[in-house]
Amino acid sequence: MIRLSNISFFYQGFRNFFSKLSFNLLMKTETKLKISTLFIVILLLGSPFFLQAQNNYVESLAGPDFTLPMQFISGGSFKMGSPKTELGHFGDESPQHIVTVNDFWIGQFEITWDLYNLFVSRELDAQQKIKSSDSEVQIDVDAVSGATTPYVEMSFGMGIDNFPAICMTQLAAVKFCEWLSAMTGHFYRLPTEAEWEYACRAGSESAYSFGEDIGQLSEFAWYAENSNDKYQKVGTKKPNAWGLYDMHGNVAEWTLDQYIPTAYGARTNGVNNPLEAGEKVYPKTVRGGSWMDKPNRLRSAARRPSSKQWKKRDPQIPKSKWWHTDAPFVGFRVVRPLITPTEEEQKKYWKYESTQ
Amino acid sequence: MKNKKNENKSQSRRDFVQKTAMATGAFLTVPMGVESMARVHGEQKLKLALVGCGGRGSGAAVQALTADENVELVAMADAFADRIDRSLKGIQEHFDGEKKIDVKEKNRFVGFDAYKKAIDLADVVILTTPPGFRPYHFEYAIANDKHVFMEKPVATDPVGIRKVLETAKIAKAKKLNVVVGLQRHYQSKYIDLKQRIDAGAIGKIRSGQVYWNDAGVWVKKRQAGQSELEYQMRNWYYFNWLCGDHILEQHIHNIDVANWFIGDYPVSAQGMGGRQVRNGKDHGEIYDHHFVEFTYASGAVIASQCRHIPGTMSRVDEVFQGTKGSIEIGKGIITGLDGESTYEYPKKWGEDPNPYQVEHDRLFASIRSGGVIADAENGAKSTLTAILGRMATYSGKKITFEEALNSKLHLMPEQVTWDTTPPSLPDANGNYPIPTPGKTKMI
Repeated sequence: MIRLSNISFFYQGFRNFFSKLSFNLLMKTETKLKISTLFIVILLLGSPFFLQAQNNYVESLAGPDFTLPMQFISGGSFKMGSPKTELGHFGDESPQHIVTVNDFWIGQFEITWDLYNLFVSRELDAQQKIKSSDSEVQIDVDAVSGATTPYVEMSFGMGIDNFPAICMTQLAAVKFCEWLSAMTGHFYRLPTEAEWEYACRAGSESAYSFGEDIGQLSEFAWYAENSNDKYQKVGTKKPNAWGLYDMHGNVAEWTLDQYIPTAYGARTNGVNNPLEAGEKVYPKTVRGGSWMDKPNRLRSAARRPSSKQWKKRDPQIPKSKWWHTDAPFVGFRVVRPLITPTEEEQKKYWKYESTQ
Repeated sequence: MKNKKNENKSQSRRDFVQKTAMATGAFLTVPMGVESMARVHGEQKLKLALVGCGGRGSGAAVQALTADENVELVAMADAFADRIDRSLKGIQEHFDGEKKIDVKEKNRFVGFDAYKKAIDLADVVILTTPPGFRPYHFEYAIANDKHVFMEKPVATDPVGIRKVLETAKIAKAKKLNVVVGLQRHYQSKYIDLKQRIDAGAIGKIRSGQVYWNDAGVWVKKRQAGQSELEYQMRNWYYFNWLCGDHILEQHIHNIDVANWFIGDYPVSAQGMGGRQVRNGKDHGEIYDHHFVEFTYASGAVIASQCRHIPGTMSRVDEVFQGTKGSIEIGKGIITGLDGESTYEYPKKWGEDPNPYQVEHDRLFASIRSGGVIADAENGAKSTLTAILGRMATYSGKKITFEEALNSKLHLMPEQVTWDTTPPSLPDANGNYPIPTPGKTKMI
């Protein structure tokens, strides 16, 4: 019988190996296929545990009532941005450039109110998983700062059960990730813009992950034309090729990145795991468009900056750090990178600031 | 209702409705708003005082300073110095260096009598303390000829309501402007739909449902070294003398819309409520749910529900059924008796002006043009309607509007100092007495 600690060691070793390998793959794309095949063979023979780690899984939170299905996304290279010829193309999507991202899991669905409200109420914190020295994160849930209860009803009557959470600030979404990590022992964070677009495209290079035909959009997305002026339950349209729902539409989704319209111009030679980690609170980038948007904003490449205006109607001063009263179109989903960052690095992903 | 014999003439509901209707009509026909402000540029500077420096008060101060070019914040008052500091910082950061704020150190007043000193220095005052204090602050402001913006609710007990009603008359006589923060009256969608209902779009309203169901609000935990009074002042939402319970503090918005759309105040109320989930020591004495039937003179019945329980159905909305159709305000849809939509409010999310800003734009435009906005009377009567609902759920009895209006119930001490003993005190285990239907007397 194999001892658990050995497996764990083996697993970590593979992770490191894999991380180096994926870096090398950038340099030698022509050998990519061979190495990948070899690698998969090694995995198949060597480590059933590792294979399992790459599978999709369902994160459960405080028992079986609250679950979060996670899809494994194999890292790789893709063309980020859109060509000028794309219908609806905007200048900030140029130039198209090659981006490589590492492996990660991403939420199959947008975070729902059911889950988000656990973070707001913090009622189940006592049920955080006991962490061992092997756990990806070591923080205690008590150390995670919590969102205030909103003074207005933030679903605006659009529904709670299995509906996406909305109106949270990026800070709140980031802190949700920290809280979720503390609760589960797995490291969660928001996706980078690059990870988000890679996952949304699911191998496609077209305006939408299913192609160019706006006529098909209604099969995959909730948007201004079909949403009946409200968000809809998550996962009720078709998923993309990688099994992800509502990447186009329903609610737009927070990413980690500062919105820099000219960012792509500096990436001409291709980049690995880009993240525009600006300090400013505004603007950050949201992706995917929402139930309020025209098709244009739902495109895989479309980027939208956050704005101070998203708190226009917050009747309080200082305006809430946690709620965007005027952004009923914004939500998020979480990612878990296969390679867990160090404790120091983790903190950076969770320490986003926010002001009025 | 035909039984009108007991009505006190000077405070009769019908009488009041007529006056309000007149005031509202006049108000709607006077063109006011941002455009008219340009004409008053360069006129006398208006000095502003903020009484009650919480998040909402600070927000209102920002809106007042935004509404008019020539307003200056000169004085602030709060029971606590730290609230003033935080508020001032927030307001300054909002304007980022614009010179509308000049609150000298000596004009930041702390304590229970601070309001008088701040009000004395101003032309326009913002009253945004916990609602229990409102009648006293309003009375002082009007006695000293100030224009007023005050948040809802405007009192927590009938004694306070009567004071506000008396003061409202004086304000009108003095031609002072009083805006109450029932901002739905300043919200384009509500104004549009109200006009359609008045024009007969659904006939006469026979019934309705009004909701404020959500997860609840903040809790401030007891800190070591706090006196009982300081604790209650910090955690004021959970104490009736200060807050009046959430049926009053939040749900008043929806109850007020029922009154406004029906064009009357209820004759009586009966209901039920309790505290099923939010019942810890830090939750004072208020309920976490109320369900009230308000009956109007026309026979119309409004079901009012408010709940502060996480994980339950959330809805903040008003819905009415009439003799010719129905209306859902949240969706902005009017339908005929066949269920077919006859009208849909055309504006999408965020396209309407911010009502919190509009109420201040109107207030300052009216001050500049010599107009009179008189919201206090309706503010008091809608506050009383919510108090009536609370009396019904706490007592389990049917209570009339007149009984509530003339009730001797007096939660708020006439004068509060740091030596005052709060009206509700915890027992040896730290629990507060909870109103009990069938036992609690409410009139």
